[in-house]
Amino acid sequence: MIADWPLLTLTIWLPIVGGFMVLASGERDVNATKWTALIIAILTFIVSLPLWFAFDTGTAEMQFVERVPWIPGFNIEYYLGIDGISMPLIVLTTFITPLVVIAGWEVIKVRPSQYMAAFLIMEGVMVGVFCALDAMLFYVFWEAMLIPMFLIIGVWGGPKRVYATIKFFLYTFFGSVFMLVALIYMYFQSGSFDILGFHTLKLNLTEQTLIFIAFLMAFAVKVPMWPVHTWLPDAHVEAPTGGSVILAAIMLKIGGYGFLRFSLPITPDASHSLDWLIIGMSLIAVVYIGFVALIQQDMKKLIAYSSIAHMGFVTLGFFIVFIISQENAGSGAALGMQGGMVQMVSHGFISAAMFLCVGVLYDRLHSREIGAYGGVVNTMPVFAAFMVFFAMANAGLPGTSGFVGEFMVILASFRADFWYAFLAATTLIIGAAYTLWMVKRVVFGEVANEGVASLQDMNQRELIVLGTLAVAVLLLGLWPAPLVEVMDASVNNLLQHIAVSKL
Amino acid sequence: MQFDATQLIPVLPEISLLILACLVLVVDLFIREERRIVSYVISQVGLLVTLAITLAVSHPEAQIVFDGSYIRDPMSDVLKIGILVVSFMVFLYAKDYLKERGLFKGEFYTLGLFAVLGMCIMTSANSFLTIYLGLELLALCLYALVAFNRDSPQGAEAAMKYFVLGALASGMLLYGISMIYGATGTLRFDELAQVVSAGDLNRMVMIFGIVFLVIGLAFKLGAVPFHMWAPDVYQGAPTAVTLFLSSVPKIAAFALAMRLLVDGLSGLHGGVNGPWQGWQGMLIILAVLSMGIGNLVAIAQTNIKRMLAYSTISHVGFIMLGILAGNQAGYTAAMFYTLVYALMSAGGFGIVIALSRKGFEAENLEDFKGLNQRNPWFAGMMLLLMFSMAGVPPTVGFFAKLFVLEAVVSVNLTWLALVGVAFSIIGAFYYIRIVKLMYFDPPVDESPLSVGIDTQVMLSINGLAMLILGLFPAGLFALCANAIGG
Repeated sequence: MIADWPLLTLTIWLPIVGGFMVLASGERDVNATKWTALIIAILTFIVSLPLWFAFDTGTAEMQFVERVPWIPGFNIEYYLGIDGISMPLIVLTTFITPLVVIAGWEVIKVRPSQYMAAFLIMEGVMVGVFCALDAMLFYVFWEAMLIPMFLIIGVWGGPKRVYATIKFFLYTFFGSVFMLVALIYMYFQSGSFDILGFHTLKLNLTEQTLIFIAFLMAFAVKVPMWPVHTWLPDAHVEAPTGGSVILAAIMLKIGGYGFLRFSLPITPDASHSLDWLIIGMSLIAVVYIGFVALIQQDMKKLIAYSSIAHMGFVTLGFFIVFIISQENAGSGAALGMQGGMVQMVSHGFISAAMFLCVGVLYDRLHSREIGAYGGVVNTMPVFAAFMVFFAMANAGLPGTSGFVGEFMVILASFRADFWYAFLAATTLIIGAAYTLWMVKRVVFGEVANEGVASLQDMNQRELIVLGTLAVAVLLLGLWPAPLVEVMDASVNNLLQHIAVSKL
Repeated sequence: MQFDATQLIPVLPEISLLILACLVLVVDLFIREERRIVSYVISQVGLLVTLAITLAVSHPEAQIVFDGSYIRDPMSDVLKIGILVVSFMVFLYAKDYLKERGLFKGEFYTLGLFAVLGMCIMTSANSFLTIYLGLELLALCLYALVAFNRDSPQGAEAAMKYFVLGALASGMLLYGISMIYGATGTLRFDELAQVVSAGDLNRMVMIFGIVFLVIGLAFKLGAVPFHMWAPDVYQGAPTAVTLFLSSVPKIAAFALAMRLLVDGLSGLHGGVNGPWQGWQGMLIILAVLSMGIGNLVAIAQTNIKRMLAYSTISHVGFIMLGILAGNQAGYTAAMFYTLVYALMSAGGFGIVIALSRKGFEAENLEDFKGLNQRNPWFAGMMLLLMFSMAGVPPTVGFFAKLFVLEAVVSVNLTWLALVGVAFSIIGAFYYIRIVKLMYFDPPVDESPLSVGIDTQVMLSINGLAMLILGLFPAGLFALCANAIGG
């Protein structure tokens, strides 16, 4: 039976080992290296597919579990398993990586084998984060992500890449070390690093609050939440297109995933008593960062800020749950949490697509300034169609995946408080404003200058990448039921778990 | 005292080293300049033979011989193996460097081997006299090694500083020893532990004695505020000697701390009555200052040797965190950290040496610029070493820090763990700055590296060990736990 195979180990280590192979092959035969990288990425995606198809949606138990001792002296285990919360994110990761490899095919001229290797290693490590059920294993993967990303931004990035990448590294490192201390503290309370064991660990409110804050530092930086978001625009702007895509599509999700896997179930009472803080930060992200996005001159920066605003929805959906469950409004709580999850997956597609669109333009004119473009539709009609489509999705147009998550979260917010819902719903206006205004300035109008006049439309490679994402966005927008169904049992289980006080 | 030839068996590694050092001294007199490689080969083979002997005489039971002044226990076995292995690596890295600078002399190996002998004696000492003997043998060899390039004014200055401050530290240590001897009437650590646990001591004299012991120890380890010699000596000494100085003696210094504070004086740890009643409090101050000053000042350095000196100081702070926890887990963690640190430091300076060549000293951070374009493989190894020093998983440096932090949290000093991680964030900055220089900046100096195949292999093993030990830390950890006797 396929569920008995060590599929998770395979999904983690296939790209990592493959990445090292690509690295070792050096820069001698660049074409062969690229093909190897692509084949490994696609193979990993294929290997990860059974995780979806053989997944039992009826249970909230961990599936595909693998468990062997790793450091017996400290009871640290190589313990993997997935539930409905982590599985979609793993498939998202393996889905996006081949696209990133294709997107960097001709664009990356400097050390392409190191570039491809970095992304493959990154992929394996990110999958590891999503399926680790041992806190120390989780932490090792979590921190190991930093190394390839640090190099990706620093080596292949834009002019201010060094500043951006060091800022990125130190911010995230700063956030996570306090989580490490919290994990060690809980190890001494429970006797192991088993995350599921942490879930049932009794902690008093002071302990919970301190642990919650330690987790918050780690996850809020990763998500990123206002006010610790300032590394993201820098990192996004300076990163190469592939780096931005991975950052936005997957790394940010790891922060959101952390809330669901750690903060909520381990410290439910602290989460409850501090829900105002998270909801407040989320709403500020949605509204204020939305306005900040409006005035950006740089396309990547604009999308970066829009990512922060969209991730605000995710955290809002996760924490609005506490306010709803007080009034016991039936499935409202599940709606908020599932909305957050759908929003994460959908944002993974849309932000990836938006960054790839900017990448297409950047590869041609080497500028990300909105002012450097205008009337692109005249010379690149196919590209313009895609860009407009993804912009609509980013603005939350019904029928696209962007709508589903936001709508679910707003609905859930209504159950909680009208004003929360009101503020959250402003994003539909602000989001539409900044995205469509950018599209108007870049895509429509008269041909602005000679550069735009000389543009060639997308080649086949770019078409494949954007086309695949467009299908994904539409599919999830029109038929989100399979995704919701997959996570249903796990979300409900989590909600029941957090409804019970640990005090 | 009854003499029994079987008593010599546990001491065989030291005997072998002594014979070896003398052999190199004599043989070197009779070989011509161009055959100098013979001394090197004898030293290296001798180190391996000693390693084999150490393994052969190792035994799970502790043996105390020579009227209680010498002990052979699992801890000394593991530390000796560490010392011998890292010394082997150091001699290997140093060879080409010495050759290119006309320093390839038999004296380097004689002095080096006597230093190794001193360190082995320290790890096996069971009395104040033995430990002092080992320490001075080590220190005198190191003073001479620092001044090994006699035409270098910096070298002479560094050696002078090192000698004066080292002598002062030895004086402090002796003074402390004399007080403790006065209060307890014994020099042997096992008897000392009994006297301490029996109580009934002049507490004032004991505390003073411990203060002086800890000061002497802090000097030798290079802990703040007794660290002033380290950056100057590291910078002034020839890189090959700095390489030796920064790696192997830290293992011996750890042994020194374990023998003095833990074997002899664990009864005065003071942690039970709150941290400020014994040596734990003193180490807390030293550890926090070392981590703080070491990491902060390292940021301002432009010379790689000085930067690594401050980095050493901060690592020493972390090692002290493990020792001051005062339980098995803490000692194990500190031992793990020390061994890992010695490997990291040897590797780091190994790369610095690999970047140097005839007529050119790689001294400044600038020299690392664009290493990824000049030699991607070495850049990759240095990347692993730097991330390991910064404590980023999946490298072994992370686990070293993790185990220490766990030990500290286990004795309810969580605030100290928070201080530790806060300073390691600061520390991360200057390590990743090296990575930045190697990967993100264009090279200033385009000439390819000329590194011998033996050095290449050893550096690769050293760098990859960071990753492999990081993925599978359980083996080394179990070894340390076993050595401490957990």
